[in-house]
Amino acid sequence: MTRVGLYRIGLVALPAVALELLCRGGVIDRLTMPPPSQIVDGLVRILLAGQMTGAILKTLANVTLAFVLSLLIGIAAAAAIHRVPFVRRLLDPLFATYYAIPIYAFYPLFMIVFGLGDAPQVLIAFMLAVVGVIVSTLNGLDTLPRALLRTARVYRMNPVQTALRITLPYAAPFLFTGMKLAIAYAFIGVIGAEFIMSRTGLGYEIRFAYDNLDNLVMYPLILLILLLASGINMTLDHWERLLLARRARR
Amino acid sequence: MTDLLRRANGPILIALLLALWQLAFNLVGRDALTPPAETIAYTWYLLGTEAFWRHIAETGTAFLIALLLAILFGLALGLQLGLHRLSGQVAEPLLLAANSVPKIALYPIVLLLFGIGMPAKIAFGAIHGIVPVAIFTMSACRNVAPVHYRTAAALRLSRWDMITHVLLPAALPEIFSGIRIGFSLTLIGTILGEMFGSQRGLGYLLMTAIGLQNTRVIMSVTLLLVLFATSISVALLAADRRLRRT
Repeated sequence: MTRVGLYRIGLVALPAVALELLCRGGVIDRLTMPPPSQIVDGLVRILLAGQMTGAILKTLANVTLAFVLSLLIGIAAAAAIHRVPFVRRLLDPLFATYYAIPIYAFYPLFMIVFGLGDAPQVLIAFMLAVVGVIVSTLNGLDTLPRALLRTARVYRMNPVQTALRITLPYAAPFLFTGMKLAIAYAFIGVIGAEFIMSRTGLGYEIRFAYDNLDNLVMYPLILLILLLASGINMTLDHWERLLLARRARR
Repeated sequence: MTDLLRRANGPILIALLLALWQLAFNLVGRDALTPPAETIAYTWYLLGTEAFWRHIAETGTAFLIALLLAILFGLALGLQLGLHRLSGQVAEPLLLAANSVPKIALYPIVLLLFGIGMPAKIAFGAIHGIVPVAIFTMSACRNVAPVHYRTAAALRLSRWDMITHVLLPAALPEIFSGIRIGFSLTLIGTILGEMFGSQRGLGYLLMTAIGLQNTRVIMSVTLLLVLFATSISVALLAADRRLRRT
């Protein structure tokens, strides 16, 4: 373990220990927050008992669906937009200001149109994620050297072959950035939507526990979301660094 | 000609979006949407009522304070992590992970800490905005040419002078980008905070309208938020580009 790693663990562990002592000592009362050890214990118990497995799988399935859709459609849309400069110029201001739009405000409309099922949540998550994918892919395509496109023409590749064999592999690191954004946004979209209004999923369960003052369910589930989101993010970061290191060596 | 086209981009885009909106209305009907003209008229009517302005004032106050806090804390955190190598190395992965966390999951904790009302909204807005400001500031500090830091050291500038006279001017464009993104996220955070933990403000209005399925109010408030967010964002973006060019 490196020194940096040790400090990092300390940075997470110290506040946890401090909270533990404050909770046990009664400075933070139980109605506000149970001690961290009990939260972890509660999480293990909830996971083992399986009472939340359905909600967890529901959320993960919706996140995955939104993520895959945004990746496929986002990359295809970016490849298409890149080929038509007029459309690109037209849409650029939209992309630049897109994330200033409070997308959640559209959730009620989606619910009225698509009902209370999973579709509105997936749609919110997709709408958040897809623009991140499009913008990162466009950034990647912008840096494509002309020589590579000429090569494609020399080999008489059609547009699909060019995209699959030349453009997309070249833009891979940018696609990776888009992928990371898409996962984060898909999580934020699905869980946010579940919070606002839904009958299933982790967000709903947390809200339900909050309304019932059930801290021993609420805090463990919040911890679970934090662990899931940051765990996926850190794994992808690590993977990305390996990928970039390998590219640099070549 | 191309210049003319470029200038026409904004209006063309807006016209396209309006046409799409009208088309969507024709497809799904009055239960889900109100058409553009009617929504604009109703928004105008709402803007003429005093009660509506009280909600706007409430949201505006919460948002401004939250933004100020997000910028202050984000800058402080970003400077610490960007200028001090070890703390940067230690905290960077944690900061990036914090960015990917759905902060809405933290809202029950914020409510338990602050209770329902203004402080909870402000806190909720601020936690959304701090992380991007911090991340951009951190990376801005690292992207400043080393010769700037060496010059500051050679001139024996104090830490504060180095930050205000060397670092901030050099890193301003990138920090400004962080503030631009922080602006959007703080607004979203404040509205979300109002949806759950408040009895006043535009978010509260939106949440009650959702409960009552009052499409007109939902559409008008959404339109207003989108207009506000995009127009400020366009202005910030223009300022951002100007900063980067010079």
